[in-house]
Amino acid sequence: MNNIKHVIAREYFTRVKSKTFLLTTFLAPLAFIFFFGILGFLLSRGSDDEKKIAIIDNVGIVDKSQVERRNIKFDYSYNNLDQALKDYKEDKIEGVIVLPAIDINTERYEMIYHSDNQLAIDESESLKSMFRKKVRNYKIQKLGIDETQLKLIDTKIDLEPKTVVDKDKKISSITSAVSAGIGGFVGYALFFIIIIYGSQVMRSVTEEKINRIVEVLISTIKPFDLMMGKVIGVGLVGLTQITMWMILIVIFSTIGFSFFGPDAVESVAQTSPEIMAEVQNSAPEAKDKMASVIQEIVSISWFKILPLYLFYFLIGYFTYAALFAAIGSAVGDDIQEAQSLTMIATLPLVISMYIGFSAVTSPNSSLSVWSSILPFTAPVVMPVRLPLDPPLWQILLSMVVSILTVVILIWLAAKIYRVGILMYGKKASIKELFKWMTY
Amino acid sequence: MSILSLRNVVKQYHNHRAVDDVSFDVPYGSIFGLLGPNGAGKTSLIRIITTITAADAGSVMVDGKPLDNLTPRQIGYLPEERGLYKKMKVGDQLMFLAQLKGLSKPDARSKIEHWFKKFEISDWWNKKVDELSKGMQQKVQFVATVMHEPKLLILDEPFSGLDPINTNLIKDEIHRLNENGTSIIFSTHRMEQVEEICKEIVLIDKGRIILEGQVDQIKNDYKENIFRIGFRGKMPANLIGSQFEILRDEADHVMIKIKDGYSSNELLSALIDHDMQIESYNEIKPTLNEIFIRKVGSSHE
Repeated sequence: MNNIKHVIAREYFTRVKSKTFLLTTFLAPLAFIFFFGILGFLLSRGSDDEKKIAIIDNVGIVDKSQVERRNIKFDYSYNNLDQALKDYKEDKIEGVIVLPAIDINTERYEMIYHSDNQLAIDESESLKSMFRKKVRNYKIQKLGIDETQLKLIDTKIDLEPKTVVDKDKKISSITSAVSAGIGGFVGYALFFIIIIYGSQVMRSVTEEKINRIVEVLISTIKPFDLMMGKVIGVGLVGLTQITMWMILIVIFSTIGFSFFGPDAVESVAQTSPEIMAEVQNSAPEAKDKMASVIQEIVSISWFKILPLYLFYFLIGYFTYAALFAAIGSAVGDDIQEAQSLTMIATLPLVISMYIGFSAVTSPNSSLSVWSSILPFTAPVVMPVRLPLDPPLWQILLSMVVSILTVVILIWLAAKIYRVGILMYGKKASIKELFKWMTY
Repeated sequence: MSILSLRNVVKQYHNHRAVDDVSFDVPYGSIFGLLGPNGAGKTSLIRIITTITAADAGSVMVDGKPLDNLTPRQIGYLPEERGLYKKMKVGDQLMFLAQLKGLSKPDARSKIEHWFKKFEISDWWNKKVDELSKGMQQKVQFVATVMHEPKLLILDEPFSGLDPINTNLIKDEIHRLNENGTSIIFSTHRMEQVEEICKEIVLIDKGRIILEGQVDQIKNDYKENIFRIGFRGKMPANLIGSQFEILRDEADHVMIKIKDGYSSNELLSALIDHDMQIESYNEIKPTLNEIFIRKVGSSHE
C-alpha cells in the first residue's frame, strides 16, 4: 500500500510538471476568452468602411437629424434621382435609396437601392429595421389607430409553475431553463473530461508495457496497486486542471470584461437589429430577466450539487479509466486493436451524451430517469438532471449503482491488467480478455 | 543454507507446463548460471522468483524465508527486455524505482549519486532517457538493478547490446558485487560468458532441468577422452589400433580419442618410444556450448 503512493506521485508530478500540462492549463481558458473576445470585437465593428448613401424621401417619413447609422452616413440633400445618380457616377456617394409612396392597404413596402455594389447583409438588415419603425409610425398615424391600444393587443404570455404539495420548493419559469442550461453544460463537459483523462490512463499503461519497464515495476509492486496508482494519479491531474481552469476562466474573464467587456456585449446585441429593437422596446424587462437569471443561478443549491458533481466526475472517471487501463494492458503497441476496443468502450459514453441532450428538455422522461441510474450512462446523464431537482430516491439509487459498478469494473479490469501487461505477441481478442478474467 | 532454494516448482499455463517440477539451490555468494534455449521456461522461473507470478505448486525460499511482499527488496532484477520511462529524467526515474524498493528519499539519492560517480555519469541526472544512447541506457538500468543493494541479483542477458568497454565495466562490477557477498543468478545463451563467469549452472529445457552442477564437474562428466598432441617428426603408423582412434591428423598435431578402459598414460607411453618429439599434450574438454547443443538437441529430436 505504501508503494501505491509512489506511483501516484510519479504519475501526478511527471504530468503536472510537463510543458503540455502548463500549456493546456493556461492556454485553454485564454483561448476560450480570446475566442469570445475576438468574436465580440469583430461583431462590434461590423463593416469598417464608411459609406455615404443618398436618401430621396418622397413620403416625408425620415428624420433628417439622424445623419448616420453604424457605418452608413445619410445624405438628404438630393431631391431627384438623376442628380443623385450623377454624383454616384462621380463616386461622391455609394448609392441611392428611393422611398416611394406608402400604400397603407398592403403589408409590403418596396424601397429601391440604386448601386452597382450590394449592401452587406448586416447593413441592409440595419437599414430595413430603421425604416420598418418609420413606416409603422406612418401607418399608425394614417390609419388613425391609438398607439396605447395597439400595445394592449400585443399580449406577452407567461406560463408560471406553482407547486401543489411541496410549498417550500421555489420554482419559476426561468428556473427550469437555467437549470437545464447548467445541467447540459456540465454533462457535456464531463463527457469530454472523462474521455480525455481516461485515454491518458490508457496511454500510461501502454507506455509501460511497450517499454517493458512494467516487468521491473511488477516485481516490486502488485499489479493492482500499480493500476490504481495510475488511475488515481491521472485523476488528480484532472482535478487539478479543472480547478485551475475554473479559477483562470474567472480571472481572465474579469480582466477581459473590464477591458472591452460592456461595449462588446452591447455590440453583440446591436448586430441583430431584431434583438436591438427588442432590447430598446423592452429594456427594463430584459434587465429584469437578466437579473432573475442571475438570481436563479445563485439560488441553485450549489452546496448540494457541487459535491454531487464531484462524485459523478469521480464515478465516471473511474468507470472509464478502469476500462481504458484494461484495454491498454491488453493491446500494448497494437494501435489498430487499441482503436477498435476504445471505440467499443466509449460507445456508452457517447450514447449517454445524446441522452443527456434529451434530458435537458425532458428530464423526467423514463429514458432520462433510467439512464441516470444505470451504469455507464449515469455519470453523464445524472449531472444533467441534478439542477432540475430529481427525486431523492433516484439520486441515491443512482449513487449506489454507480459505486457498485465502479468496484466491479475495477476488480475485473485489474484481472485483465494483471495478465495483459506481461503478455507479448499475442492478439488480445475480446474472447481472450474474458479468458483472462478467469485466470 | 542457500540464498535461493526451489523445491518441486510447477507453473501451468492454459495448455502448456512452463515450469515442470524444478528444484535447485543457489548457494550464498555464488555466481549461478540459469541456462536454457528460448522458451525453455527461464523467464517463467525468474518471474516466479521475483514474485511477478505465483507458482502453482512447490516452494520457493529466498534467504531462508518463503516469498512475500518484502522479497523483491532483496532482489535486483535486470530483465532481458530493458525498459525505462523514455520521457522521464534519469534521476527522477531512479529515485522512483529506489523508493518502490523501500529506500527512503535521502537514502535513494545518496545511493544513486554513489553509482553515478562510479560510472562517471553524474551529469546525466537531468537528462531524459531518450536523449541517451542504448549503451548509456543499459548503464542506467544496471544502476536501477543494484542501487538498493540486493542480496540476490538476477541478470537476464546483462551484456546484450553493450560494447566491449561497457561489457567489461559491468563485468567488473558484477565480480565486485559478488566479492562483497551478493549472490548472482546469470541467465544467458552466451555459453562462453557462462564458462567465464559461473561456477555452477542449471540447464533447463521444456520446463525441466536436464543438467545441473559445477561447471568443471559437468565438463568432466561430458569429456570424451580426446587428447591433442602437438609434435615434430613423424607419427608412428602402427598407432591406430583397438586402443586409440585418430580423429584428426595434421602436419604438426593430432587429435586422438582414447577408447574406454584405457588411460591417457597408455597413449603417452605408446607415443614416447617413437621417432617423434612431443611438444604438447592436452586433454580436450567439451565446451559448455557443445554440451548445451548436445543436451538440448537430443531432447528436441
